[in-house]
Amino acid sequence: MRALDTLWLQVAGTICNITCTHCFISCSPKNHSHEMLSLADVEARLAEARALGVRDYYFTGGEPFMNRDMLPILAATLRQGPASVLTNGMLLRKEICAELRRLSDESEYSLDIRVSLDGFHRESHDAIRGAGVWDRVMIGLRNLAEAGINPVITVTEAADGVGTNEGRARFLELIRSFGFDKPRLKVLALFRIGAEETRSGAYESWERLSDGMSEQDADVLQCSSSRMVTSKGVYVCPILIEENAARMGDTIAETLRPFPLAYGACHTCWVSGVSCRT
Amino acid sequence: MPNSDMMRIAFIGGVYSNYHALTATLADISRRGADATFFLGDLGAFGPHPDRVPALLIDRQIAGIQGNYEESLASGATDCNCGYTDPRDNVYAQISYDYTSEHTSDAYKRWMGALPKQLRLDVGGKRVLLSHGSPRKINEFLWRSTSPDPFLARLCDEHEADVIVCTHTGLHWHKALGDGRHVVNAGVIGRPANDGRTNVWYTMLTIRGDEVIAEFIPIEYDQATLAREMREEKLPAEFIETIETGWWTTCLEALPPKERARGRF
Repeated sequence: MRALDTLWLQVAGTICNITCTHCFISCSPKNHSHEMLSLADVEARLAEARALGVRDYYFTGGEPFMNRDMLPILAATLRQGPASVLTNGMLLRKEICAELRRLSDESEYSLDIRVSLDGFHRESHDAIRGAGVWDRVMIGLRNLAEAGINPVITVTEAADGVGTNEGRARFLELIRSFGFDKPRLKVLALFRIGAEETRSGAYESWERLSDGMSEQDADVLQCSSSRMVTSKGVYVCPILIEENAARMGDTIAETLRPFPLAYGACHTCWVSGVSCRT
Repeated sequence: MPNSDMMRIAFIGGVYSNYHALTATLADISRRGADATFFLGDLGAFGPHPDRVPALLIDRQIAGIQGNYEESLASGATDCNCGYTDPRDNVYAQISYDYTSEHTSDAYKRWMGALPKQLRLDVGGKRVLLSHGSPRKINEFLWRSTSPDPFLARLCDEHEADVIVCTHTGLHWHKALGDGRHVVNAGVIGRPANDGRTNVWYTMLTIRGDEVIAEFIPIEYDQATLAREMREEKLPAEFIETIETGWWTTCLEALPPKERARGRF
């Protein structure tokens, strides 16, 4: 552990309004493996984080906007530091977007919204996320644009061609066509765990980082500068919350110690140099 | 440092080879008067004729620290290690670095390699720490909207500083942490502050007892000549547009949402 800069909060637990085939923690409407965090839960974690000098806060799930306390939670967070929300974009109603804009304007810190897309088209997106999802995301994006919020669009490398310069350029044009004149794009690696394991196959035994390698060797890894809070406790990173051994403690402070890089996902993290942060 | 009741220290952030702005800044500092002047690294980047900046600093005996540019140039690295993650930023960063590296003499690269990475000053008992990005990382971006007070307080604790002075982001700000400690991003004189104004900014820090005042000073300079020289050197039109309009056109994907929203691009 280099330093705790980023605190992740699994604010919607593993509860989601859709069931993506590539989800690394198999979120769904019925997956209560991790429950939602309440405003009181988050406020308690913010107090811990303040004492530890945390730099920024990331909210994910599941779908964060399924949490009815999401706006008060963001208001509380933005009084203390910058916040990012990872969303599928389906619940971004006009009123929500207007409120997000107000919260953003009132804070001295940045509020960032990250919306996930899978591919350039309704067909590729809905094949992974479910029928009708693309159309609802388009409404959400339009509402964001009208509220003057410029989200980061994330796309997994599962999207055809997005890894190439030409593919990126096409994707930036697509984001522009949604009404964002400063298109922001982030390409994410896929983790072959959870639902994605079924889709593309599990990690092979050789896809592990070598014994003796620790996060001190790899301060690019998420676990060197972040921890993840869920309803069940504090985990090493946002990816491994389905691993019991990745639960490092009850309080954030007690988890600020090294963690063995023993999982297949650690291999993806290291080899692809992926950063869950924006 | 002289230990007196009051000290005024001028800080010059990233110069980005803008020796016209450096000339104007040094003249302004002379006019106002400062007890000391320091540069904070990133002497080269978007502008032309990179050797002219070290020449001027050495001639005027200005002390300072390495930025990621000096670290990379001195070590023969193939890129600037600016800390960008977006390919669009990195394309322009590479053009800029390749030009700068090619046009920087070996003697100046050696001089850059001998610069300290940090400097510590004791000003009337206040511990002032100069570092390029952040005290812990030469290319860390300390933006105002993503650097909350508890985080800055931690940096001050861990690096035993009462005042941290940095640059690297290109945008100036000052935060008083409420406990007598301060973090100041001195801004840059290499390119405008992405606000549609063509001037650049340096920082005059006044420390008087427990009082720490950061004054951001706008500098007008001969930007027409700079733009002409950039054209002559065939530097990208996007770099020249920034000089002429005051809006960043490249290397801006790293901006957090709040800072990004204020710019045109």
